[in-house]
Amino acid sequence: MAGTDPIHQFVISDIFTVFRMGGDGTEGSGLNFAFTNSALFMVATVVAVSAYMLLSSSQRSLVPNRLQMTSEMLYEFIANMLRSSAGSEGMRFFPFVFSLFIFILVGNLLGLVPYFFTFTSHIIVTFALAMLVILVVTIYGLMRHGLGFFKLFAPSGVPGYVLPIVIPIEIVSFLSRPISLSVRLFGNILAGHITLKVFTGFVVTMGAAGWLGWLGALLPLTMGVALTALEFLVAAVQAYVFAVLTSMYLNDAVHPSH
Amino acid sequence: MEAEWAKYIGAGIATLGMAGAALGVSSIFSNFLQGALRNPSAAASQTGNLIFGFAVTEALGIFSFLVALILLFVV
Repeated sequence: MAGTDPIHQFVISDIFTVFRMGGDGTEGSGLNFAFTNSALFMVATVVAVSAYMLLSSSQRSLVPNRLQMTSEMLYEFIANMLRSSAGSEGMRFFPFVFSLFIFILVGNLLGLVPYFFTFTSHIIVTFALAMLVILVVTIYGLMRHGLGFFKLFAPSGVPGYVLPIVIPIEIVSFLSRPISLSVRLFGNILAGHITLKVFTGFVVTMGAAGWLGWLGALLPLTMGVALTALEFLVAAVQAYVFAVLTSMYLNDAVHPSH
Repeated sequence: MEAEWAKYIGAGIATLGMAGAALGVSSIFSNFLQGALRNPSAAASQTGNLIFGFAVTEALGIFSFLVALILLFVV
C-alpha cells in the first residue's frame, strides 16, 4: 500500500544523525538531532534562492537582462505590497518579509516536484515561521512604543461604551494570529497534497483492473493534471498571503493606534 | 456505540464546516466580480484585498479540515 498511501509522502526520515543526547541507547529514547529529509529540502531551498539571487544580480546593469528583470519584478512586487500596507516606516522590515515570502514560495514549488518532500506541509515548520513573525511584531512594537503598543487593542474612533466588548475581541484576535497564520499555510499545502495523491492513486487502482480500467483511469488522470495546476496557484497564493499578513501585522507594530 | 465509529462520524460532521467557508469565499469572489465589472479601472488595485479576504475566509474552512484530521489521527 505504500505506493498509493496518501499520507506516506509526509514521513520524515533521518539522513544522518548529527548527535544524540540522553537516552539509554535504545531506539526512540533521548533526543536525536538528525539531518532529515525536511532539513535537506530547506537547505535546497535556501541554496536555490541564493544561487538565483546572486546570479541575477551579479551583472547589475542599468538595462537589465531577462534574469535580472525577473528578480527585480519579484523585489518590486513585495516592496510595493509592504509599502502599501505598512507604510515607508515598515520598509525597514523588507529583508525579513522578502526572505519569508521567497522561502515559502520556493519551498512550496519544490514540493510539487514528484517524490520531493514539502517542508511547509508540517505544522511545526509553519508554526515556527508564524511565531517568528509574531515575536518580531510584539518585541519591535514594545521596543518602539513601550506601553503605547497596547493601544493596538483599543482602535481609535471606537466610542467608549463599546470598548468592553471590542478589547477582548481584539485580544483574542491577536492571540489567535500565530495559530491562523501557521495553520492556513500548513492546511492548504497538506490538503492539496493529500487530494493530489488520492486522485492519482485512483489511476493505479483502476489500471490494475485491465483495459477497461485503463479507459476509466483517464478521468482521475485528467483530474490529477488539473489539480497539479491548481496546486501551483495555491503554492504562490499562500506564500503571498503569508507575506501580506506579515506586513499587516508589522503595520500594527509600527502604527499601533491604527 | 464503539468509540472508533464515533471518531469517523465526528470527522465526517467536521467537514460540514467547509460549507460555511464555501459560502464566504463565493460571496467574496462574486462581489469582487460585480464591483470589477462596474468599475474595471479600479479592479486591478483591489486584487491584494481580494486575495487577503479570500485567505482569511478560507482559513476557517481549513480549521474544520484540521478538526477532522485531529479526530482521525490524534484522538
